[in-house]
Amino acid sequence: MSNPQQIDRQEYNITVYTENHVGLLNRIATIFSRRKMNIESLNTSPSEIEGIHRFNIVIHESEEVVRKLVKQIEKQVEVLKAYYNTNQDVIWQEMALYKVPTDVIAEKALVERLLRENGARAVVIRKDYTVFETTGHREETDNLIKVLQPYGLIEFVRSARIAIIKDSEGFNRKLREFERAEPGEEVVENEFLNSRDNVFTM
Amino acid sequence: MLTQEKQAPALLEATKTIAGSEAIMLGLLQEGVDTIFGYPGGAIMPIYDALYDYREQLHHVLVRHEQGGIHAAQGYARSSGKTGVVFATSGPGATNLITGLADAMIDSTPLVCITGQVFAHLLGTDAFQEADVISISAPVTKWNYQVTEADELPEALAKAFYIAKSGRPGPVLLDITKNAQLQKFDFAGYVPCQHIRSYRPKPIVRKEYIREAAELINNAQRPFVLWGQGVMLGSAEQEFKAFIEKSGIPAAWTIMGAGALPSDHPLNVGMLGMHGNYGPNVLTNECDVLIAIGMRFDDRVTGRLDKYARQAKVIHLDIDPSEIDKNVQTTVPVWGDCKETLPLLTEVIKEKHYPEWLQKFHTYRDTEVAELIRDELYPTSGELTMGEVVQQLNELTNGDAIIVTDVGQHQMVACRYAKLNQTRSNITSGGLGTMGFALPAAIGAKYGAPDRTVVAVIGDGGFQMTLQELGTIMQSGVDVKILILNNRFLGMVRQWQELFNERRYSFVDITSPDFVKVADGYGIPGKQITERDMLKDALQEMLSHKGSFLLEVMVAKENNVFPMVPQGCSVSEIRLK
Ligand SMILES: Cc1cc2nc3c(=O)[nH]c(=O)nc-3n(C[C@H](O)[C@H](O)[C@H](O)COP(=O)(O)OP(=O)(O)OC[C@H]3O[C@@H](n4cnc5c(N)ncnc54)[C@H](O)[C@@H]3O)c2cc1C
Ligand SMILES: Cc1ncc(C[n+]2csc(CCOP(=O)(O)OP(=O)(O)O)c2C)c(N)n1
Repeated sequence: MSNPQQIDRQEYNITVYTENHVGLLNRIATIFSRRKMNIESLNTSPSEIEGIHRFNIVIHESEEVVRKLVKQIEKQVEVLKAYYNTNQDVIWQEMALYKVPTDVIAEKALVERLLRENGARAVVIRKDYTVFETTGHREETDNLIKVLQPYGLIEFVRSARIAIIKDSEGFNRKLREFERAEPGEEVVENEFLNSRDNVFTM
Repeated sequence: MLTQEKQAPALLEATKTIAGSEAIMLGLLQEGVDTIFGYPGGAIMPIYDALYDYREQLHHVLVRHEQGGIHAAQGYARSSGKTGVVFATSGPGATNLITGLADAMIDSTPLVCITGQVFAHLLGTDAFQEADVISISAPVTKWNYQVTEADELPEALAKAFYIAKSGRPGPVLLDITKNAQLQKFDFAGYVPCQHIRSYRPKPIVRKEYIREAAELINNAQRPFVLWGQGVMLGSAEQEFKAFIEKSGIPAAWTIMGAGALPSDHPLNVGMLGMHGNYGPNVLTNECDVLIAIGMRFDDRVTGRLDKYARQAKVIHLDIDPSEIDKNVQTTVPVWGDCKETLPLLTEVIKEKHYPEWLQKFHTYRDTEVAELIRDELYPTSGELTMGEVVQQLNELTNGDAIIVTDVGQHQMVACRYAKLNQTRSNITSGGLGTMGFALPAAIGAKYGAPDRTVVAVIGDGGFQMTLQELGTIMQSGVDVKILILNNRFLGMVRQWQELFNERRYSFVDITSPDFVKVADGYGIPGKQITERDMLKDALQEMLSHKGSFLLEVMVAKENNVFPMVPQGCSVSEIRLK
């Protein structure tokens, strides 16, 4: 399609710092579902600060759309801060588990080599099956599926993406500012988007 | 809201053991609540039981349907500027609130809705009258929270009031399990909330944008102000007037902003949007600087976006950062509460006048008057028009009444022609367009502004959606003037079918009961008129009657509301007929 929004669509990593609040996941999810958008990947976890949760959301969209989504996310009362970054701006990983019949591995030295080449590590070895794990980018974990398919891959599962923002100093200092009634301007700004039309203040 | 200092005595009081439901009553009193619209039921019985002891201070209005309750609370909030409060029971009581929540959400109306819920230990068991109200209401509330322990209640209630009213206002729902209402706990006093660390109700005002905006305004040749409900939500009417008068810029309004500047102010050039005035729509595409104040560029206002004000530099004053650049790309975003940003801007702009530019608005106005307004407001023959009813009403109220409208043709006509001398005088369902809004909202509006005359202007279709609230009027004795403009059609839809579906009138022909008799059944006097020469006296009778009165005016069946920017067209393509 020649729609300009289609052309500059790419993967964005949305990082959200939130309070631990029942129902917030639902509120964040409906920001996407309401616009009939698919979330590619969603991970919730603790953050570097006790009691503060961190969402990692991956979405394939244009920057204009992502910017609007992030503003809607930030609007939620329990959301402290939301950022968006391209894949270049983050260090990211996904984990995958593969279950394969042990006899195949034992018999075929080739398989073991393939696994090693793909950076896989055995997590469980039983007589009947072995579970391997790899961590990496989507292409890497995908690749191993292809490699293992001919050897009777029994089960495959991949985790959501987790990502660390390269330029981030973490949230500790910011949280202290948020606890004040009048936070300083610089922490409230989205410093990762520090150009005029990308900045917004909450 | 009470300040911390005023709180001190309450805090000093010895801790006492009370039930959760009583803590709610004490909290409501502390928040300055005087009126509650509600309907009881099993899961909210402990709260109603506590209310029995506080019924003198907390006036409860028993509605006839929870939707009526929430629309009444909206009307109350809109006429008074305070937060509306609603009680409803679990399950069907709570689900009956959803339309009102969606309406209040899109129209930024501050509400605190309290719903009863089944006992906490029964949650998720399909217990009697259990509905997952938190999930159902999440997309239509600014915030919601389920309370399952009594000792959470004071803080949850304080947060609810703070969130509902601060920043961009909106509806909040607290779902309180029955055990939390019954449970006794050590109550240490109620402390209003003033800060939530994850919530920034107001963005920080950035001085450089004030400077940039002032520079654009000072250098403009044909600046144009569009204002919306944000001016009222920020109680910034005075600040807005000062800005307009110093800048000399012609200003037009969205229907949600109507009345923030009086109708007859010389710089008020009329209504924007699909059924707005001719000049403001056409000249949107001729101005050089567009200054939007507390309005969100709704699609009913902008028409086709890629042909909307493309030539203009755009300054947008809004409290909600997610509104900036949402629909219209901004040149200078002036984030913040316009009560703060407008005076900053007024200080640095030059005092100016734009006589030639203003004249353009007047010229378009003259054309509009000649081509359609005159016939609409002052017809001398033929069937009664909606416009002449509103015009006669203006003459009798002198523009001092609160006009509450339902949704449809009569709404557009009332918004276009009602004379409004003061702020908070036009109450309508704008964003959701909820038929059935007007009657209950008018009841609430009267409670919110007891000294003012409240006239509900309603279509024959919409009146039948919530006419059960006549029972609320009957029982409470509230004084609401009900003006039904009966065209025997679902008029607004019929108009579209006439214009765009080759008059294929598909299910828009609606019959009505004898409304005067219906009102009579509720002990409300009424009258139906069909003739022009009876109009003025009938309106006068309605207005001077002590107490509620229903006046049904039979108007032309197939009149259309013009001007009109057809859907998908640019504001420049506005049609006068
Ligand atoms: C049948 C029908 C036809 C309609 N036709 C028209 C029409 O012709 N013309 C028309 O105008 N409308 C029309 N509407 C209404 C329309 O759908 C919108 O509801 C309306 O245009 C919204 O007005 P608004 O942006 O002023 O108000 P809101 O939707 O209430 O938006 C208020 C804005 O102000 C901001 N704000 C809030 N508080 C502050 C503050 N303190 N400081 C600064 N900013 C603040 C908010 O963030 C928001 O952006 C129609 C509705 C119906 C049902
Ligand atoms: C709850 C609801 N259902 C449907 C609509 C769609 N709708 C918008 S205007 C309208 C016609 C309203 O008819 P009436 O109340 O008689 O007013 P009129 O337009 O004739 O003045 C309808 C059906 C709506 N806005 N709200």
